[in-house]
Amino acid sequence: MSDSRIVTVVDAKNKTFFFNFKELIRYKDLFYYMVLRDVTVMYKQTVLGFLWAILNPFFQVVVFSVVFGTIAGIKTGIAGLPYPVFSCLAIIPWNYFSSTFSASSNSLVNTAGVFTKVYFPRLIIPMVPIFSKLVDFFISLIILVLVMGYYQYTPGSNWYLFLLPLLIIILSSAGLGIWLSSLVLQYRDFRFAVNFLLPLLLYAAPVAFPALKVKEKLGNTVYELYALYPMVGGIEGFRSSFVQNADFPWTLVLISGASALFIFISGAFYFKKMEKHFADVA
Amino acid sequence: MLHNDNNIAVKVTDLGKAYRIGVVEEKEENLSAVILKAILSPVKNFRKIKSLKNISSEATGKDVFWANRNISFEVKKGEVLGIIGKNGAGKSTLLKMLSRITEPTEGRIELVGRVASLLEVGTGFNPELTGRENIFLNGTILGLTKKEIEERYESIVEFSGIEKFIETPVKRYSSGMKVRLAFAVAAHLDPEILIIDEVLAVGDAEFQKKCLGKMQDVAGKEGRTVLFVSHDMAAVKNLCNRAILLQHGSIVFEGSANDVVNYYLQNAASITSQSNLDFSQAKGNKNFVVTDIEMLDENNNNIQIAESGRDFQLKISYETKEVAINPVVIILVKNNLEQVLFTCLSRNSYNGTMQLNSQGSIICNIPKLPLLSGLYTLDIVLKYDQEVTFSLENIFSFEVEKGDFFGTGKINDDMMNGMIINHNWVIQ
Repeated sequence: MSDSRIVTVVDAKNKTFFFNFKELIRYKDLFYYMVLRDVTVMYKQTVLGFLWAILNPFFQVVVFSVVFGTIAGIKTGIAGLPYPVFSCLAIIPWNYFSSTFSASSNSLVNTAGVFTKVYFPRLIIPMVPIFSKLVDFFISLIILVLVMGYYQYTPGSNWYLFLLPLLIIILSSAGLGIWLSSLVLQYRDFRFAVNFLLPLLLYAAPVAFPALKVKEKLGNTVYELYALYPMVGGIEGFRSSFVQNADFPWTLVLISGASALFIFISGAFYFKKMEKHFADVA
Repeated sequence: MLHNDNNIAVKVTDLGKAYRIGVVEEKEENLSAVILKAILSPVKNFRKIKSLKNISSEATGKDVFWANRNISFEVKKGEVLGIIGKNGAGKSTLLKMLSRITEPTEGRIELVGRVASLLEVGTGFNPELTGRENIFLNGTILGLTKKEIEERYESIVEFSGIEKFIETPVKRYSSGMKVRLAFAVAAHLDPEILIIDEVLAVGDAEFQKKCLGKMQDVAGKEGRTVLFVSHDMAAVKNLCNRAILLQHGSIVFEGSANDVVNYYLQNAASITSQSNLDFSQAKGNKNFVVTDIEMLDENNNNIQIAESGRDFQLKISYETKEVAINPVVIILVKNNLEQVLFTCLSRNSYNGTMQLNSQGSIICNIPKLPLLSGLYTLDIVLKYDQEVTFSLENIFSFEVEKGDFFGTGKINDDMMNGMIINHNWVIQ
């Protein structure tokens, strides 16, 4: 720490709208250790440890397959695609979204004791879960392999396209998390809102049913508006990329991608605008 | 521009911070209340909410509280600046603005060089992580990079003195071990500007010594600038070149550390936080109460500062509703860590039958005051007929100066801890 060229100026008259990227880069190691902390702490003092990342989606797939696949009789809409594979391909990205969104929303409130004592770019805090939850996501892909293996289902040749919808899911969970983290800090009401919103968002997303059903029942306009909810393009795109003989839903992915990007950028600007009040309202 | 002036490390100009109190907090805490009010009077509320976010230097009104106002000062490179003032004078808000934790409402701060602030040691420690993992987490929170921590790692572990437990989760540490580890990290920050708030008020005497030593090291280094907030006047005098005294959010006195501390102590009755001269807050049935407290020297002259080793008298004026026969007067003397050092209990030390009429004064005489230099506070409890008639914590505070306790011509020095007791040595 001997760089005396660093000059910090705080001026009440200056209203900056942009992030100080140089500063964010300077704190990249803090970001790394916060992600590492989350990952290390998550399964400390548990017997099953990382197995939880597999057990959790496994039971979800079983329940979804019985309730929606067998009892409700929802069709996957694609010949030769068993319902458990269909639901597994949605549950895994959904779990990443919901755990990131909820961890990120509560992150500022939970670390108030830290950022009211030390200065560092606060944007790091809600961004941490985006990466720490990826670990769970990749572990839970094992379930996908097992389910596909059990049904002897071979993924389609365009499987690598899944990276695009995954990016949409990451962006949208980060964007919503950033929005909600600063709202929760100011109005604790939003903490409850997140809890009741998540199950609703799950029903609204094409997890238990194929998105094409919406087009079939409600028409094309609604179908395209539906994609403004970024998890529509995210999940449908993720699933389609692994499925044989399925068209990659470019329309949904593009609409959802634009929507996710909008949520992320607007969230970041709102965060920046509110950041100076954080220590005072925490 | 500032960074062309090689001598200035910190420059603060007309700094102010306003908070909205009352109405605003209601808003911040509860959205439904905001919505309800908004439905009832949307225009009014819209203005209010807007004013909350845009609190400006023109902000006035009952709900605006200026925690700091019109603060301007400069700190040269290598200078150690003490910031003193009673609780609520705005010291913490000032430090929070300097550390960039909260933004000022008006004014400007310029800092040259890397800044590290220690408003609390061990910020961000995670109990589940090991000591080693926490060194890296805490270090990066305080602004170090991974590489910088790796370079300092051996030295941090050695300084903390807990090598054996470095791979143990911090939740298994004693509180002392946690503080040691936390301070070891903090001590290795090595920034150009260090901002410290009352860190020295935690831990045991040995740990405080270590902190003071490290602070002296930092202050002694070429070009290192320290801003230091403390209630420990002796530490401020020892460590700081200059000091500022805050009162009601503004600087009321500025100068050499000695001058400022002396000014502060001379005006202790009106400024010192520890003095709780509002006796109406006392507990008890008030049949027998304290009305005034004064310090006297051996010649019955009023004094503002006591001296170690000199005869010391505490004059307690009282009032009693009925003639009190054998009441109990208890004086507890505490150091600045709120530890009770000794108790003067009249039931044991008063020889004979104490009889007090309607009003007068009781003098407690302590020959050769056995206190080291520092700030001390008193609790006083009066009892009569098995009942507490008056009880007030931190009723009075006073400063003790160094003195020649043993009559050897040598004044007591910093090697001593706790209190002084009379003793002698024999060489055979």
